[in-house]
Amino acid sequence: MADLLCVIEQRGGGIRKGAHELLAAARQLADASGGRVDALVCGTGPVTGVDSLGSAGADRVLTATHDGFAHYSPDAIVATVQSVSGQYAAVLVAATATGKDLAPRIAAAIGAPCGMDVTAVSAPNGAIRVVRPVYAGKAIQTLDLAGTPVIAVRPGAYPAVASGQAGAVESLAVPAFTSRLAVTGIAAPAKAALDVAEARVVIAGGRGLGEPQHFAMLEDLAAAFGGEAAVGASRAVVDAGWIEHGAQVGQTGKTVAPELYIAIGVSGAIQHLAGMRTARTIVAINRDKDAPIFKVADFGIVGDLFEVVPALTSAIRAAKAP
Amino acid sequence: MKIAICLRRVPDTTAKIAIGPSGVAIDEAGVKFVPNPYDEYALEAAIALREAAGTGETVVVAFGADPVQETLRTALAMGVDRAVHLQGAPSPDGLANARVLADHLRDGGYDLILFGKLAVDDYGQQTGAMVAELLGLPCATAITTLAVEAGVAKVTREVEGGVESAHCALPAVFTCDKGLNTPRLPGLKGIMSAKKKPLDVVPTVAGASQVTVVALALPPERAAGRIVGEGAAAVPALIAALTNDAKVL
Repeated sequence: MADLLCVIEQRGGGIRKGAHELLAAARQLADASGGRVDALVCGTGPVTGVDSLGSAGADRVLTATHDGFAHYSPDAIVATVQSVSGQYAAVLVAATATGKDLAPRIAAAIGAPCGMDVTAVSAPNGAIRVVRPVYAGKAIQTLDLAGTPVIAVRPGAYPAVASGQAGAVESLAVPAFTSRLAVTGIAAPAKAALDVAEARVVIAGGRGLGEPQHFAMLEDLAAAFGGEAAVGASRAVVDAGWIEHGAQVGQTGKTVAPELYIAIGVSGAIQHLAGMRTARTIVAINRDKDAPIFKVADFGIVGDLFEVVPALTSAIRAAKAP
Repeated sequence: MKIAICLRRVPDTTAKIAIGPSGVAIDEAGVKFVPNPYDEYALEAAIALREAAGTGETVVVAFGADPVQETLRTALAMGVDRAVHLQGAPSPDGLANARVLADHLRDGGYDLILFGKLAVDDYGQQTGAMVAELLGLPCATAITTLAVEAGVAKVTREVEGGVESAHCALPAVFTCDKGLNTPRLPGLKGIMSAKKKPLDVVPTVAGASQVTVVALALPPERAAGRIVGEGAAAVPALIAALTNDAKVL
């Protein structure tokens, strides 16, 4: 197998979290077959973090500079990748909101298959093989991809590694492109909350909370974790309008894999379990000892959540106190 | 305003998944199939835009085997004007399917082509953006707002840590996320009239696939957990378990 191209996500002049994980995925694939890893960074000028890409696994860093890269510019990135894609065995991106938008466009432009949300990639017989969750994680699919596949690697699937090499930096010309979509910017949310898909700890609430204002109790518990926790929710309470849909965990919401998932008043419908079953540790607090959530929980407390949660919040705060 | 909506038929999200004898697909026995939930946001957006415009047409298109006609009828019952069934076997290669749809849509004179952001079976998350690329049209994926005025579409989409805004000229392709709208339920009148609306069947064959499904398997079961206790009195035991056993605190 030959060389790999990683398209590094950039926002506001800095590389995004996840670039090093993406390079780690590419590095192990390249090392297994003696290939090279190139990292492509598209920006309007120097991009912060480019000097870290070599030690994260890139043999070579290609910087493409153009005023069109001030905001996410899919048409410009596709044109730039297309100008060099013939040199590579595969193109890798991080499966973030932006990466998932970009990967299929590149694939269609270069006539290649697209492997989305991939959790493992290898090249057992020369062809590229990917493993990915389907049916929101209720099943795991293994695919062989021919051509120069575009692979979106799920964040968190490969931990970043430090290789200690420098990584030569070269500039790459941006070819002519037609900008069909104009991205004008990113507005931060009114409440600067952590995204459930990115948090180390997720505190999820369900119908057992009884009323929407009781989510405040979950916010308190999340706060006790000191900025590491996000509040999530089951589909039932999102559909009831208790909390915004961005918090929904499950088959029609987000798939999360935090280190700790605390399900509070969540019964554990099959579509919810599909979205959180790969969490490292699952805790369930529920009044009903027969609730399905206890079947996937590592640790459970049967009881009234209005008594248990405040006690847990105090205990976490005490455990986290310096 | 002429709008196409591309629709998929998928297992109900409440369905339990079992692997079929082929080892590369699910066992469909006893599984209830529904319109893909994200496609319902696309259908609602299309019907509402067409109603607001007062003129035009909404067309729902699906590539699949014959049972997809039932799904198309559901869309007609919601209020879509007509349906096209691209009758054939979809490929495991999303690009091959996108080419089928793009070939059909290319000369249709559509102002908007809408998709769900993903289908809850294969989670491919690629067909819409691929169709846009193949047709040379602007595209935004996973949109949560859409406003169309004077031939320009303004959209927003959620990205990590914020909401991204974008605009483009029509015609355009968008894929729709939850939050865009609240899909209407088909009423009795809609269900009756859907039976009389046109549903054209076009025999279709997907091109060569660059994707081979090697295996489909159930995820590993989680090891059995334990109930650490009852009520607030169990909190110290939980803290101990999280600290010493799970080591997450």
